[in-house]
Amino acid sequence: MSLLTPDPGLLFWMLVSFGIVFFVLAKFGFPIIVKMVDERKAYIDQSLESAKQANERLKGIQQEGERILSTTREEQARILKEANEMRARIINEAKDQAHIEAGKILEEANKTIQKEKEIAMRDVHNQIAMLSLDIAEKVLRKNLNNKTAQLELVDRLIDEAQKN
Amino acid sequence: MMNRFIHILLTFILLCFTGIAYAATDLHEEEAKELNVRELILDHVGDAYDWHITSFGDKHISIPLPVIVKGHESGWHVFSSSKFHHGHDSYNGFAIAQEGPYKGKIVETLSTGEEVRPWDFSLTKNATSLILSSLVLVSLLLMCANWYKKREGKPEEASPKDFIAFVEMVIMSIVDGVIKPCIGKNYKRYTPYLLTVFFFIILNNLLGLIPIFPGGANVTGNIAMTAVLAIFTFIIVNVFGTKEYWREIFWPDVPTWLKIPIPIMPAIELVGVFTKPFALMIRLFANILAGHAIVLGLTCMIFLTVSLGVAMNTGMSILSIIMSVFINFVELLVAYIQAYVFTMLSAVFIGLSQVEPHHAKH
Repeated sequence: MSLLTPDPGLLFWMLVSFGIVFFVLAKFGFPIIVKMVDERKAYIDQSLESAKQANERLKGIQQEGERILSTTREEQARILKEANEMRARIINEAKDQAHIEAGKILEEANKTIQKEKEIAMRDVHNQIAMLSLDIAEKVLRKNLNNKTAQLELVDRLIDEAQKN
Repeated sequence: MMNRFIHILLTFILLCFTGIAYAATDLHEEEAKELNVRELILDHVGDAYDWHITSFGDKHISIPLPVIVKGHESGWHVFSSSKFHHGHDSYNGFAIAQEGPYKGKIVETLSTGEEVRPWDFSLTKNATSLILSSLVLVSLLLMCANWYKKREGKPEEASPKDFIAFVEMVIMSIVDGVIKPCIGKNYKRYTPYLLTVFFFIILNNLLGLIPIFPGGANVTGNIAMTAVLAIFTFIIVNVFGTKEYWREIFWPDVPTWLKIPIPIMPAIELVGVFTKPFALMIRLFANILAGHAIVLGLTCMIFLTVSLGVAMNTGMSILSIIMSVFINFVELLVAYIQAYVFTMLSAVFIGLSQVEPHHAKH
């Protein structure tokens, strides 16, 4: 049966056609496609790998950040506490200082007042003495208008002096 | 693009219907004659010197193809097959045999009156279809390859879309699903061949399903075609076979009395070397031929039942069309499966010839 016997002409054409197709595709067709697909696959794998690494690094960075943040918070709390303590201390110190200063000032003021008072008193004393002298002079002048009175006084003064 | 692909597929299926319709008109004219189904089917699945499209009465519409023959007496001749007037006339002593062992082929009538076959390199329907499909295949795949070539060294840009992505998907499914697991570590060397085989077979299978020009030729259902493919596989298997492969053929690991004095096992192994490609050849040829024959047979059912009355004929026609559509879908699947199977078996045979010595020998 002719269906089962290969025709030489067809064998020839098939050999030529398939041979050429095979040659062309094997040289210019499939290798480049397969190569590029492999390259792309490698590229994607590599990209995925680097993305994974970047993710891990990012995670590391985040953890680092959180760690830094928490230590910073602790530091902040510590510093705040210290600052509070220092403030309290400074205020207390200042208060004490002020007390002392105030005491000193008061003391000095008191002393000054005392001094002023003494001076004033002395002044008043002097004034009173002067006034007394003036008054005494005036009184004397009036009483010693006559000779008798003058003599009387002299006598009395001598008496007194003698008594003493 | 996917839409376009579906579109093409639908057009293709529609063409299958028209094909049946064409075949119908073709046959109506011959109603008067006794319908010889066997002849008709063999005629359609066989080769021809012109590409028949349709006939109206005695008027045949076909594409004439070049005839290239070297006569035993008259030397080389190149002429159009239209010179034969559809087989009715002879030209320069050549004619298409109507009877005898060379029925349907060009025969040369020698001066003695004896009819012999000349050297016949005519571009027959199958050969023309083969060349056309080869051109289509090469240009399609080179187009794809060119796309990749432009992006060589820039893998980040080499992610194709549309048709190229589809081709890539097919290529990579064959490479990763068939070639790599079947051959093993040396698979890279054989991928171009196996991919060429796959695409060559599937394209010709699909073209064969289209009933009118440029399809309709039964290329992969022709034994000459599958024989050449099988020979290629045979050569590759045996030329690149390892030492261990040949040792396993001539000195297999069986009890010595099976090898000496009568080499029973080596003989069986040696036969196996030839049966493998033979099986490849027959499998593809028979599958595709059977597919074509079934579609034709179902179509013939319409015309065979004409004599049984209008009701019967209508019923059988509807059944025939439904069955034809179903078989055409099956054939679409078969077109892929047979290409896949041929590629896979070739890969398996190549893989078997790549054996390394077993180190864990007792």
